Amino acid sequence: MTEQITTPSANDTNDAPKHNPEAHNLDATDSYNFAYLDEQTKRMIRRALLKALAIPGYQVPFASREMPMPYGWGTGGVQVTAACLTPDDCVKVIDQGADDTTNAVSIRSFFARTAGVRTTEATDEASLIQTRHRIPETELTEGQLLVYQVPIPEPLRFLEPRETETRKMHALSEYGLMHVKLYEDISQHGHIATAYAYPVNVEGHYVMDPSPIPKFDNPKMSNCAAIQLFGAGREQRIYAIPPYCHVKSLDFEDYPFDRLRAPGACALCGADDSYLDEVIMDDEGTRMYVCSDTDFCSTRREQGHVGDQSGLFDSEEG
Amino acid sequence: MQPDALKGGFADLPVQSATAFRSVLQAMARPGTIHQLAGAAPPPPLSVAAGVVLLTLCDPETPLFVGASVDSPDLRSWISFYTGAPFSAAGDAVIAIGSWPDFTPLSAFPVGSAEYPDRSTTLITEMGSLGREGSNACRLTGPGIQDFSTLCLPDPALMQKNAALFPLGLDFILTSESGVAALPRSTRIEVM
Repeated sequence: MTEQITTPSANDTNDAPKHNPEAHNLDATDSYNFAYLDEQTKRMIRRALLKALAIPGYQVPFASREMPMPYGWGTGGVQVTAACLTPDDCVKVIDQGADDTTNAVSIRSFFARTAGVRTTEATDEASLIQTRHRIPETELTEGQLLVYQVPIPEPLRFLEPRETETRKMHALSEYGLMHVKLYEDISQHGHIATAYAYPVNVEGHYVMDPSPIPKFDNPKMSNCAAIQLFGAGREQRIYAIPPYCHVKSLDFEDYPFDRLRAPGACALCGADDSYLDEVIMDDEGTRMYVCSDTDFCSTRREQGHVGDQSGLFDSEEG
Repeated sequence: MQPDALKGGFADLPVQSATAFRSVLQAMARPGTIHQLAGAAPPPPLSVAAGVVLLTLCDPETPLFVGASVDSPDLRSWISFYTGAPFSAAGDAVIAIGSWPDFTPLSAFPVGSAEYPDRSTTLITEMGSLGREGSNACRLTGPGIQDFSTLCLPDPALMQKNAALFPLGLDFILTSESGVAALPRSTRIEVM
């Protein structure tokens, strides 16, 4: 950009603070590097991602950067996404299955602005899906990347606070402590009460935290056609599951792993196989169950599927 | 510095390196698949693919081992100008570039430690060609591979030994002309 430097003259006095109105509407892709992060940061993340794929389930340390959002809002996922994005990508962001929550909308518009990529809410149109705490109901395909936002990447952290010790435990595949924790669940509650962030073993070696997805989603991680990448910004860890990996939820022979799902069908689309959110309807304790995956639910409703409260919002929508 | 060292980099760095990385990511995630790279013109005898991988992964934080079969003042100037990567001995290398004979014995390269298996060298290996049939054709199974995949490897016996070190071990990015494939340590190898 060339700027002409002119000395102020009498003619200019009327419109002295001269602003170029265009300057405020600069295309963000002109003002930021592509996908926000600088190139050296992206290279560092990319090298970590390649090592993560080569050692499935192992947490690779990386030099996580400050991002323009608070920790806990997906800074790890955003950095992984930024390092993977190409201009041809179509990005979907979900937060607990929903495309339309603050976090999901903000991250989607962040990448639309800084990378100029297309965005979508449809799972099957997306080439890169960033997720907080869910795996979409629609089966993922080979062309897709699934990027998880991870708060605490170390599955053993609440059992053993020292990083030096948990590193040794991973190195030796010494996961007895985790089995004791699951056993204590059984002894106290009669079943394994862990309902989310349920630990998995990847390809028979590393035990991994799948991020706080409901354990209903755990089986979808195994033999998945898409590449699964995990980013923990505050904890500075990246890990990955390559496609078609064997991912096993930890369990016992006499207490096998069990997917947990609210009983019944979605009140809006009638799906009886999707993960359901419980919605409190009034002060009397009336509840309804609806699909957590908003794209899955709305697609089914467009196809004509109905639930027992499908007409609930018709009058409001006019 | 050689004048040629100032030519042959990415014209549009952020976009071209992103596109190239996605291909390398796919290659590493799906061992045995072959992807195409473009955008770099490194000094001969380096292939386009190897040049693209260097530009995509190397920077001043990655000590680089340069194998004798590709080494030249021109190449070193080109790498220095575009990446700033410091040149190192095999034992300190984060990334290595060369053809297979440059890398033996493999034990010269770090394979990581039990606590930090990621601290191992990634070897960018120049191949005569990337093919699925011919001598040293191998059947690959493991993470990233649905049933099995086939690829000709430079030295299956040594690569099997490397895979046996898992979770330690070296990771290979195989390049030839514009093609790239990868062989992470997690892949199980059988000679066909």
